[in-house]
Amino acid sequence: MGRTINALQIRNEVNGILAIWYREWKVFLREKSRIVASVVNPILWLLVFGGGLGSNVSIPGVEYQAFIYPGILAQAVLFTSIFFGVYIVWDRKIDFLKEVLVAPISRTAIFIGKVVGGATDGIIQALILLLLGAILGAAGAIPGLHLTPASMVTALLILVLTTAALVSVGLIIGSRMESPEGFQLVSSFLLFPTFFLSGALFPLDRLPPWLVPLVFVDPLTYSVDALRRSILGTSHFSLAFDLSIITVWTAVIFVVGTWAFARMKV
Amino acid sequence: MAIIEIEQLTKQFDRLVAVDRLSLEVQPGEFFGLLGPNGAGKTTTLLMLTTLLKPTSGTARVNGFDVVREADAVRRSIGIVFQDPSSDDTLTGYENLKLHGMLYGVPAVLRERRIREVLELVDLAGRKDDIVKKYSGGMRRRLELARGLLHHPKVLFLDEPTLGLDPQSREHIWRYIEGLSREEGISLVITTHYMEEVDRLCDRLAIMDAGQIVALDSPASLKRTLGGDVVILKVGEPRLQALESLPFVRKAEQRNGLLYLTVTEASQHLPRILEVVGSVETVEVRPATLNDVFLHYTGREIREGSPEGGWAERSMHYRSATR
Repeated sequence: MGRTINALQIRNEVNGILAIWYREWKVFLREKSRIVASVVNPILWLLVFGGGLGSNVSIPGVEYQAFIYPGILAQAVLFTSIFFGVYIVWDRKIDFLKEVLVAPISRTAIFIGKVVGGATDGIIQALILLLLGAILGAAGAIPGLHLTPASMVTALLILVLTTAALVSVGLIIGSRMESPEGFQLVSSFLLFPTFFLSGALFPLDRLPPWLVPLVFVDPLTYSVDALRRSILGTSHFSLAFDLSIITVWTAVIFVVGTWAFARMKV
Repeated sequence: MAIIEIEQLTKQFDRLVAVDRLSLEVQPGEFFGLLGPNGAGKTTTLLMLTTLLKPTSGTARVNGFDVVREADAVRRSIGIVFQDPSSDDTLTGYENLKLHGMLYGVPAVLRERRIREVLELVDLAGRKDDIVKKYSGGMRRRLELARGLLHHPKVLFLDEPTLGLDPQSREHIWRYIEGLSREEGISLVITTHYMEEVDRLCDRLAIMDAGQIVALDSPASLKRTLGGDVVILKVGEPRLQALESLPFVRKAEQRNGLLYLTVTEASQHLPRILEVVGSVETVEVRPATLNDVFLHYTGREIREGSPEGGWAERSMHYRSATR
């Protein structure tokens, strides 16, 4: 008896996750400008910032533009994923959140559905940027960037974990915010330090001592480092170390997110 | 067995007791109205019955399930049309319904059939693939009504379902609600402050004020308790005492420069009343309405669209004064 109830409950929870995912996917498809913007900005960083600075600075063993490519991938996913959290603020504002909260599914299912929905956006964006990177690299527009199918698969796996964790962070902030403006304010306090400290734009080898702890506390550092290893074959830490850190912090933030959703008010 | 059983239900926000030891039963298939001014505790009661708000004390069971301990089973048993539209306006009508079916675990084959059914019921089949943003206020409310019925609930809660709609759309919505629910054989719990609507539609209604039920009966019986018709006079001199001494005058009071009388067999006794008051500028005789009933029990009028804050504040003062 207990077993059948459990099976039923699990089926309901899975249905709930699929339902939320379905909705986020439909919304994503309706807002094409989001996809365009999420690809154009990273390309600008890569070509204009990377190209401009790259002609003046050099990093041993690798062209600057190619060097920041993994960092820009991480940055693109960072912004998309965190900002995804604002949608839960909108859901509350348009009262759609009530419809979801009175449904017979758990808050955990709602949270997972949202994470999967947001991570889908991040993964699609990452895929497009990886393909563009492969094309630009092959065409010689980004000197020193040679993406192989194997490196792209590894990079994508790292980005899947990273986007899931970052979407969770965005949702945690969103679950606490009353207004989109408030969300914008809090998230930008988080976004820029996370991006700048991650080593997306500089190597981690010769940092001034005061910067070292800040950089190593930033969880995005390990994603950037792992991406650099998989794409360029060079990194500060080993891939195994980076991946363990990423996995642990994804797990921690996931637990916090579940907790935050369970306490979320209508 | 009652479909809704409420015992001593209480919700307190800081110093404000929004719902105060409410006890109530609603029968299966019954159309039940909760009537009262803004801030009377109607919506808070509804939020507790729909598991969105935890009671401070007391219990409530819906379809036999406890709203706190068996929230999921309660949620599966109920449909809700909220005061404010709660559909996703970037999705189409169909997509909103599909999403709802998925959230409630309706199997895919049944779901498609049921979506077609409810779309027909609210006359939206032709517009199902339009984005909800393009719907009018009335259409959107109809869509949410369809959504509330999609998973075959036992009780449908409607929180001010016609608020903000024009009279024609209101009329439409009520026609749908009436038709649909009688057809589906479910119980309805409606909160509203449009009194004509509950008067016509509800089997029984509870008048709420400051978190408590002040009267509970069928609309007709409630109006009968006043014991007469309402006569409104504009006179030079009120002569309240002389009027009150007349055997057929149940009640006489002065408000806003007008004289309000509750009179048994008013048309028969009007000449005698006019004799007593002397010179009269205007006379109005009408049957008692639920507004008169509300006035009788609370000493205040329900005003359509009275400001939210005013009532909440007043009930807060009222509560703290009685403590």
